[in-house]
Amino acid sequence: MSVTSLDKDPDNLTLTLVADFAAPAERVWQLWADPRQLERWWGPPSHPATVEEHDLTPGGDVTYFMTGPQGEKYRGWWRVATVDAPRSLEFTDGFADEDGVPNAAMPTTANRVTLTERDGGTRMEMRAVFDTREQMDQLMTMGMDEGMREAAGQMDAILAAG
Amino acid sequence: MVVDEGVEEAEARTDRLFQALADTTRRDILRRCVREDLSVSRLAEAYPMSFAAVQKHVAVLQRAGLVVKERRGREQLVRADPDALGRARRALDGLEAAWRGRVERMSGLLAEAPETESEAQQSTEGRSR
Repeated sequence: MSVTSLDKDPDNLTLTLVADFAAPAERVWQLWADPRQLERWWGPPSHPATVEEHDLTPGGDVTYFMTGPQGEKYRGWWRVATVDAPRSLEFTDGFADEDGVPNAAMPTTANRVTLTERDGGTRMEMRAVFDTREQMDQLMTMGMDEGMREAAGQMDAILAAG
Repeated sequence: MVVDEGVEEAEARTDRLFQALADTTRRDILRRCVREDLSVSRLAEAYPMSFAAVQKHVAVLQRAGLVVKERRGREQLVRADPDALGRARRALDGLEAAWRGRVERMSGLLAEAPETESEAQQSTEGRSR
């Protein structure tokens, strides 16, 4: 399994994940930096992502939508904070309305990703922090869309793992 | 990855959740119920549809596990999960599931045939330089 460790801290609304990949950091970085590769893993197979804007520079935006089995679209966005290729990336991600406009009333997650080469592979550390508890509540409402996609992602991963 | 429930059961649950959230009215009902507990009749006042139609929407949300109905006096109140920490846990569980799936897919892409990989890299380089 690629996931080496995972920690959930409900009091601080933080998820920390460590994954090890058998590839150089530059290659792992491409999964983030190339929109065509990003869209192959960001959304679960049942809700594939289509990346539209992809500006991986400080202050830049990444915009995407996921398409469900009945053609329904779920839009999301990233706002990039810091980039240090191929070592680290910080961004906030959130939801958008049908026109792709970031929905300020919706929860956002602050993410920090770091890549470190070790033992001939790459260790990826990912920390995701939900903004506030109020937003957590919102996540459980309309934001549950995300939770649903995630549940689907897990299922797909299980099925793919056979 | 260990999942206690059967794959079909989990899929059915996911379907129910997606279906519940695929509707604008139901998402709006959820939003309102997170802010405050509301009776079905209060909810029904907010929409240009019958009480029965709103009740049906609430039932869909209930089956998906997004809201619970609680009798208080003569009223049936609809509310979202009341436990903030429980919500936090569930949200983190969702995020965990998402990232486990993502990491698996990332691994899968990294394991793909080298020619696909180099093509992808070339196309990236072509775009960014």
